[in-house]
Amino acid sequence: MKFGIQINEGPYTHEASVSALNFVKAAVEAGHEIFRVFFYHDGVNNGTRYTTPPQDDINIVNAWSELAKANDIDLVICVAAAQRRGIVDQGEQERNGKDGNNIADGFRISGLGQLIEAGIQSDRLVVFGD
Amino acid sequence: MSNIKKFMYVNRKAPYGTIYAWESLEVVLIGAAFEQDVSVAFVDDGVYQLLKNQDTTEVGIKNFSPTYSALGDYDVTKLYVEKESLDARGLSLEDLMPLTYEDEDDDWAEKDSIKVVSSAELAEILEQQEVVLSF
Repeated sequence: MKFGIQINEGPYTHEASVSALNFVKAAVEAGHEIFRVFFYHDGVNNGTRYTTPPQDDINIVNAWSELAKANDIDLVICVAAAQRRGIVDQGEQERNGKDGNNIADGFRISGLGQLIEAGIQSDRLVVFGD
Repeated sequence: MSNIKKFMYVNRKAPYGTIYAWESLEVVLIGAAFEQDVSVAFVDDGVYQLLKNQDTTEVGIKNFSPTYSALGDYDVTKLYVEKESLDARGLSLEDLMPLTYEDEDDDWAEKDSIKVVSSAELAEILEQQEVVLSF
């Protein structure tokens, strides 16, 4: 089965991202396809490489980057939500005249159409959040 | 687009206090360009999103409620409001913005977009959906 995933909450404050991470791992292990993971609302905060949790805690951002790299999973951060919350890639940095960027490996910034497309193309769209 | 699915956006939260309602509306407007079969549900505190005469000047947050009246122009014409949620909050249809659309299949007659449905009716409508996005 082909899954689309939507994550609506940031890391640590809320369990949504870790639950989604576990779901995606289990789905991949079971032979399912992940069409895309779309990060919305505060979910965009899962994609900043500046995240530095204590060493005995899970690094949720790195966990997403590694999972995406190992399984070629498309991690998409909503551009409108990212702009509100200061998640920046090189293109956004140049467009908005920022002095740096913070997007983590394996993530890309794109529009809300990517979420709708995930709904159209996937057999199931699974939403993680409140 | 040949692949048309039934999309439903489920709004469960008050319009202010958190950003979910506003960012949900942004998804609905962008999604309209994909020409899917779209409906929007308002349940729990989500019914407050459609209240008339919203005024946010005191809280200093943008009042985005006028944007709902654009939905008809985007062919988003099925807005379901759960009756039990209205009742529990002492609200009725008269307290909501009069949202309308022009029906191209009926000589562009102006029709109401909002439909008040019972919880049981909404459950049936939800059952028919292929993609449910909840906010």
